[in-house]
Amino acid sequence: MTRRTRLRLFAGSATGLGALLLWAMAGLPDFGHYSGAYGRILNAAAPPERHVSSVVAAVVFDYRGFDTLGEEFILFTSVMGVALLLREVRGDQVHRRDRVQSDAVRLVGVAFAPLLLVIGLYVVAHGYITPGGGFQGGVVLAAAFALLYVAGEYRAYRRLTPAFAVDFAEGTGAGGYAVVGIVSMLLGSAYLHNFGPLGTSGTLASGGSIAFLNIATALEVGAAFVLLFTEFLEEVEVSRRSGG
Amino acid sequence: MIPLQAAAILLVALGATAVVLTRDLVRLALLSSVYALLLVVLFLVFQAPDVAISELVVGAIGFPLVIGVAIVLQRGG
Repeated sequence: MTRRTRLRLFAGSATGLGALLLWAMAGLPDFGHYSGAYGRILNAAAPPERHVSSVVAAVVFDYRGFDTLGEEFILFTSVMGVALLLREVRGDQVHRRDRVQSDAVRLVGVAFAPLLLVIGLYVVAHGYITPGGGFQGGVVLAAAFALLYVAGEYRAYRRLTPAFAVDFAEGTGAGGYAVVGIVSMLLGSAYLHNFGPLGTSGTLASGGSIAFLNIATALEVGAAFVLLFTEFLEEVEVSRRSGG
Repeated sequence: MIPLQAAAILLVALGATAVVLTRDLVRLALLSSVYALLLVVLFLVFQAPDVAISELVVGAIGFPLVIGVAIVLQRGG
């Protein structure tokens, strides 16, 4: 295809796409006018029904908790796949020494890692009170460990994230979520139906079993990201060694 | 639409263009992270804090991290 034909094709399809987009945007509700019935119902129902102030958490860990279970296992399975493939190829554990970085990077990394850890725990713990929760907080927690590596503290990173502990945390998180659902059934309600005392809205002791699902998710997601990062890092190390 | 929201949309549009026009991989990783931060601001001024936090952790932490490692791997260490 010549450049001229390609440009013509682009001009034609871009005009068509642009026209369709404009047409669709003209049909959108006016700016600031929300017209979703589901959202309104949830906003009205969730706080009195579940004693949570973050309705998103009530949706994710309660009203559609089963979907979240599926999402969690998607992450679990893909990370397991990565670990299985890479560990199989790599074989033995790689021992690697700290590499000297610039003092500024070192200082910022070491100073921010504990800070990030606290922020991660905060985002997890307050998931059903303020925006956040297990998914987001879990990634922040994993980033705190990754920051240790960035600061040049490879040995500290590996010592804080031994393979068995990370594997165990990931399995416990994913399994724990499923177990909370089974507990609901044992208590005589539907799978993943909320149970336990609902507590006072706006405090950490609220939301019933949402709190358990939240923590299980944080464990799973945090460990999954640490595992993913570690596996890729070890892979880099192997390629460095073989490549010289 | 308040001026803050208009400014956020404009910044996201500029950021997206910059991401598309960048060819160097390392710059792309950094720039996509900055672009994610712009999206976070956009979601925040449109009152979607939950989406903002999700975008923050995936776009500004998770994605650049994996891309960074991938670049090192691709360059053979």
